[in-house]
Amino acid sequence: MNLDTILFFVFGIVSAVTAVLMITRRNPVIAALFLVLNFASLAGLYLTLNAQFIAVTQVIVYAGAIMVLFLFVLMLLRPENEQKFLESNPKTKIFAMLIAFIVFVQLVYMIFFVHPSKNISKDLTKSLNAGTIEAIGRELFTHYVLPFEAAGFLLLAATIGALVLAKKKFD
Amino acid sequence: MNITIEYYLILSAFMFLVGVAGVLTRRNAIIVFMSIELMLNSANLTLVAFSSYLGNSIGQLFVFFVMTVAAAEAAVGLAIIIAIFRNKLTVNIDEINILKW
Repeated sequence: MNLDTILFFVFGIVSAVTAVLMITRRNPVIAALFLVLNFASLAGLYLTLNAQFIAVTQVIVYAGAIMVLFLFVLMLLRPENEQKFLESNPKTKIFAMLIAFIVFVQLVYMIFFVHPSKNISKDLTKSLNAGTIEAIGRELFTHYVLPFEAAGFLLLAATIGALVLAKKKFD
Repeated sequence: MNITIEYYLILSAFMFLVGVAGVLTRRNAIIVFMSIELMLNSANLTLVAFSSYLGNSIGQLFVFFVMTVAAAEAAVGLAIIIAIFRNKLTVNIDEINILKW
């Protein structure tokens, strides 16, 4: 067992368990806190994949900015605890879980059927170079400069839209 | 034991389906939004895994764009939820049915 394997299993198990806990907790604030833990362990997984820039962005943007926004709204709206799982619409919920399970089995079957590691194996130097901020920035500002500008425009539109929506009192 | 790309793909598939189950079963609109964030993140994990194993940084570039879209979506979506809460005093999506015919 080398360090890679141990780190993958630690972060992977934490992220899988916190994802399940997130959708099963009845108190929304606790669910949001489990989601923060899930994002943090995903940042750890990105580090095991040598994606340093994305790992840092994950912590700053997701675990920082977006989750603070969610917690703000949760605490502003004081939503009550949800009912127990099978109290309302039990048939729909069981059907939904069944569908999710079937699709998961299908995806796992497909992953093992295609067996991508047959063709793809990790080249450590290439992988290390791909994750640096230099490589990402070079791609971003040469080949992908138009999507970059579009992303900036999208953020501007979202800012204006959020302001208008939260300000207006419609009936 | 070597970590191949299948481990990451299966973890990502699992997290995606947990997000799907959350969207379908939870009734609180904010938790539905958080489940959508979980699904976006599992897609990000797939992109980063392939990017790292292929030694190509374009996958990580797309993760960057997905994060931008997720931030915009969270801001607008939460503003909509606040606007709805102001009118109906609830965030339960069973009671928010003004668009249902």
